[in-house]
Amino acid sequence: MIPAAFDYVEAESVDAAIAALTEHGDEAKLMAGGHSLIPLMKFRLATPGVIVDIGRMEGLNSIDDRGDHIAIGALTRHMSVETSELLGAEAPLLKHVASQVGDPSVRHRGTIGGSLAHGDPASDLPAAILALGATLVAKGPGGEREIAATDFFTGFLETALADDEMLTEIRVPKMAGAGWSYQKFNRRAQDWAIVGVAAVSNGSTSLSLVNMGPTPMRASAAEAAINGGGSIDDAAAAAADGASPPDDLNGDAAYRTHLASVLVRRALTEAQG
Amino acid sequence: MTAVVGTPRLRKEDPKLLTGEGKYVDDIQVAGQLWMGMVRSPYAHARINSIDTSAAEAADGVAGVYTGPQLAEMGLWIAPLPCAWPVTDDMVNPEHYPTAMDEVHHVGEIVAVVLADSRYGAADAAELVDVDYEPLDAVASIAAARDGSATAHSAHETNKAYHWPLIPDPDALEAAFANATHTVTGEFVQQRLIPAAMEPRGVLAVPSPMGGDVTLYSSTQVPHILKVMIAATTGISEAKLRIVAPAVGGGFGAKLNVNPDEILAVTLANKLGRAVRWTETRSEAAFSTHQGRGQLQKIELAADADGKITGCRVHVDADMGAYMMLITPGVPLLGSFLYTGVYDVPAFGFTCDGYFTNLTPTDAYRGAGRPEASYAIERAMDLLALEVGVGPDEIRRRNYLGGGDHFTDMETASTLVFDSGHYSPNLDAALEMSDYAGLRAEQQRRRDAGDAKQLGIGLCTYVEICGLAPSRALAGLNYGAGGWEHAMVRFLPTGKVEVVSGSTPHGQGHETSWSMIVADKLGIDPDDVTVLHSDTAISPLGLDTYGSRSLSVGGVAISMACDKVIDKAKQIAAHQMEANPDDLDFAGGTFSVKGQPGAELPIQAIAFGAFTAHDLPDGMEPNLQEQVTFDPPNFAFPFGTHVAVTEVDTETGEVELIDYIAIDDCGNQINPLIVEGQVHGGIVQGVAQALYEGASYDDAGNCRNPSLMDYLVPSAMEMPNIKTGFTTTPSTSNPLGVKGVGEAGTIGSAAAVVNAICDALSPYGVTDLEMPATPQRVWNAINGGAS
Ligand SMILES: Cc1cc2nc3c(=O)[nH]c(=O)nc-3n(C[C@H](O)[C@H](O)[C@H](O)COP(=O)(O)OP(=O)(O)OC[C@H]3O[C@@H](n4cnc5c(N)ncnc54)[C@H](O)[C@@H]3O)c2cc1C
Repeated sequence: MIPAAFDYVEAESVDAAIAALTEHGDEAKLMAGGHSLIPLMKFRLATPGVIVDIGRMEGLNSIDDRGDHIAIGALTRHMSVETSELLGAEAPLLKHVASQVGDPSVRHRGTIGGSLAHGDPASDLPAAILALGATLVAKGPGGEREIAATDFFTGFLETALADDEMLTEIRVPKMAGAGWSYQKFNRRAQDWAIVGVAAVSNGSTSLSLVNMGPTPMRASAAEAAINGGGSIDDAAAAAADGASPPDDLNGDAAYRTHLASVLVRRALTEAQG
Repeated sequence: MTAVVGTPRLRKEDPKLLTGEGKYVDDIQVAGQLWMGMVRSPYAHARINSIDTSAAEAADGVAGVYTGPQLAEMGLWIAPLPCAWPVTDDMVNPEHYPTAMDEVHHVGEIVAVVLADSRYGAADAAELVDVDYEPLDAVASIAAARDGSATAHSAHETNKAYHWPLIPDPDALEAAFANATHTVTGEFVQQRLIPAAMEPRGVLAVPSPMGGDVTLYSSTQVPHILKVMIAATTGISEAKLRIVAPAVGGGFGAKLNVNPDEILAVTLANKLGRAVRWTETRSEAAFSTHQGRGQLQKIELAADADGKITGCRVHVDADMGAYMMLITPGVPLLGSFLYTGVYDVPAFGFTCDGYFTNLTPTDAYRGAGRPEASYAIERAMDLLALEVGVGPDEIRRRNYLGGGDHFTDMETASTLVFDSGHYSPNLDAALEMSDYAGLRAEQQRRRDAGDAKQLGIGLCTYVEICGLAPSRALAGLNYGAGGWEHAMVRFLPTGKVEVVSGSTPHGQGHETSWSMIVADKLGIDPDDVTVLHSDTAISPLGLDTYGSRSLSVGGVAISMACDKVIDKAKQIAAHQMEANPDDLDFAGGTFSVKGQPGAELPIQAIAFGAFTAHDLPDGMEPNLQEQVTFDPPNFAFPFGTHVAVTEVDTETGEVELIDYIAIDDCGNQINPLIVEGQVHGGIVQGVAQALYEGASYDDAGNCRNPSLMDYLVPSAMEMPNIKTGFTTTPSTSNPLGVKGVGEAGTIGSAAAVVNAICDALSPYGVTDLEMPATPQRVWNAINGGAS
């Protein structure tokens, strides 16, 4: 619980952060809310040589109406997402999912950008971003680029971000009136999901899975079933197709497969109800 | 003054704690202090080939690096860490030193100690110590220990530590089973629990600038016991040791030990003449502080055709872990007497085998042996109810000691004498408060409707043993100390009162309760009472707090000391009022002469008179202070009925505790608010065992869930609104009629919860579930798999 020694740089702008990342290479780590990074450092599972603190940077922490989508700054805290009226009207799934993250102190510190960039398959917000078909904006030395949520999560705790890139914004399509559901199955209020399912029904239905493989993922087979005219039960039966759920003290793969099916059924029933 | 005992009062100690003013060990800073950094074994069992400390020694800020053999050579100790409870004469007790000598026996055992001028520096330097281990086969479970193909200690040929029998009448027991109409057998796993007090353990040893005295600040429940034990282990005289337990953030038994870090801090500080400190990290806590439970139980009940129990036979295999800590081997014995519960059991037999494993040592944890016992008998009662075909309430009623009527001083088959009991009204109150009949109707409705969420109702009618202890009874169990408690009560010249308490609070609220007892006794305001404790320089005599003993031993001592103060004050009053002491009344803090209105003297005036000593009876010592050391004649036996209501999601196996009703009987109550707080906390700890917690190990002896992310300590969010009620059956073991309530909640709740889950799932043929009843286990059980 005592981290190894590191150097500390506070970045006051996105460009300063990128410059620091460029200077220190893979020695450096951005720190936003620190609520995923610091625990890893305390266990000495992560031993970055340089911490680039972006947590106090101005800007990047507002939630704005941009016509067809809502733009959320990467440094927006979970608590701001959870209490946003704009999101409540236009993307209520995201607002709700933010309220399911950890406990209040975690939600006051953790940022949406940090949660996505961390790429933890057990986290809640990636599932919401996937189901909502959001777009992520990254900035690096070469400028800005957009990444579709479905292309963002590339491996266990790995994303499409390059070492010298910073996530700056999340763009969520407006979907007022769409059906939605988030089913988070966990033991204690503040815990990560053992399995989670997010669903959005807006003409067609999208489904995503939490903690069912090395990355946050869409439940493609279940989506195909329901969008191809199958029943909710058909979709539930296909919930874990293509997933590779972990075995741990919370449940083995077979149990997680079963849970995914129950939760997909519940999510679809709620989203389509 | 109106009486305060028996009325709810906010705790005196809370404003300080709630506003962050409480001073814990880690808050105390001393100039020139050195931090210990522990090099801990990553292996459960290994030989140490060599240790290279050179890189660590060369690191910035490092004052020294010491291996076990080096420390031994420095002569820092004269004996291994103590085990005060050698339960049998032939008990195996492997030598246990503060650091490993040549072989490690559990993950996290200290192999070397770094001293550095900062906590971070100590942690960094500890990583630089290079230890060459030769891994050995590990014994990572009781089953593996029994199997014996590997031994936990290379120096010992077997893993068996002891065999302890308690079979008062073997022939009667045999006959009971031979003649039984019904028999049931339950086999239960008491998983290991990580105590996880909110404040981790910590130590700070400060040598005095001259004279070789050392003050140890430790996050401990037992400063007095620690003083004796450190003296015995290190050879430093008690006279040169002062132990202070500052604010202690929870103990639950995990802080009643003599730990390697305590010995290391004291001896290194003494040797180097510098303050030495260490604060356990959360990750270390899972290895460096003892754990609770760790038993495999088999209980058999024999009964006649009506379900009346005729015999009870129990065998326990108990996991000692790698070493015998202070009372490790005795924990199962503390439970042994309670396997017959609140029932009239004519024939009883208990045997226990203790085994060594290559896991963190076990020792006392809230309830210490009694939650295990209560769990076994209360689960078995439900099995018997199913076997006989009556309800769980009815099977209990049919078997209550004394027929459920009030009794005092009743001998049980396990050879104890229960002080008092009155079980039927207690059960009735619980059934009524829980609307038991209504719950059963709702359960039936859900069963008939095939509801995905099935309802389960679980009962537990526990009894527990507290008030440790009559010293002679402890002698009979081979325990290495007595069970008395010391108290001193003194009037100060201004009329305020100072109480010195030998029992040592760590969250229980002694200051409040003792003030209330004293206030009523002496007729003064509770705010005029100051309670001193937890510092052996201020309170030199005491046996501390554990086993729900504080009130029924220490609180009684306080009350008795007040009686002696009043007696002495009466002598002074009689002398000053020129009356016969027998003609004096004492009420509301004032002495008055019978039949002489107006002839009055407040006790505060007498206190001042005792101070000036101008006018005292001939030969009387000029003070108003008295002390009492109370050794109780018997234990006290609180009891109660707990009702857990669970909703089981049959699709996912998730169990939700939707209601919890507890009717406890702890005899007379001093502060009902504190009683209720103890009941609440205790219940949560038992629910935690039933549903959430359990240290899990792989075959190599690695803990799979040492962090609070994976080791699921429940929070308020997981608990229903606990409903409490009380019956009052005064104890006959002490003049206050009090019993004790610190552990009762834990002793009653685990069985209630698991009984409720099994009750919900009885249509699925589920009769047992291993704790913690995780969703996966419950789902497997529903689907016919192994639980
Ligand atoms: C007790 C506890 C409970 C929790 N429970 C949950 C839960 O139930 N569900 C859940 O989803 N999460 C949970 N979390 C995690 C929490 O949501 C974190 O806040 C979040 O995962 C990371 O956000 P952060 O801002 O703290 O990121 P940090 O910890 O600062 O960073 C995480 C990673 O992302 C990188 N990073 C951060 N910001 C950026 C950026 N803008 N661009 C590029 N890279 C970046 C960092 O370099 C680091 O690698 C919990 C955390 C704790 C401590």
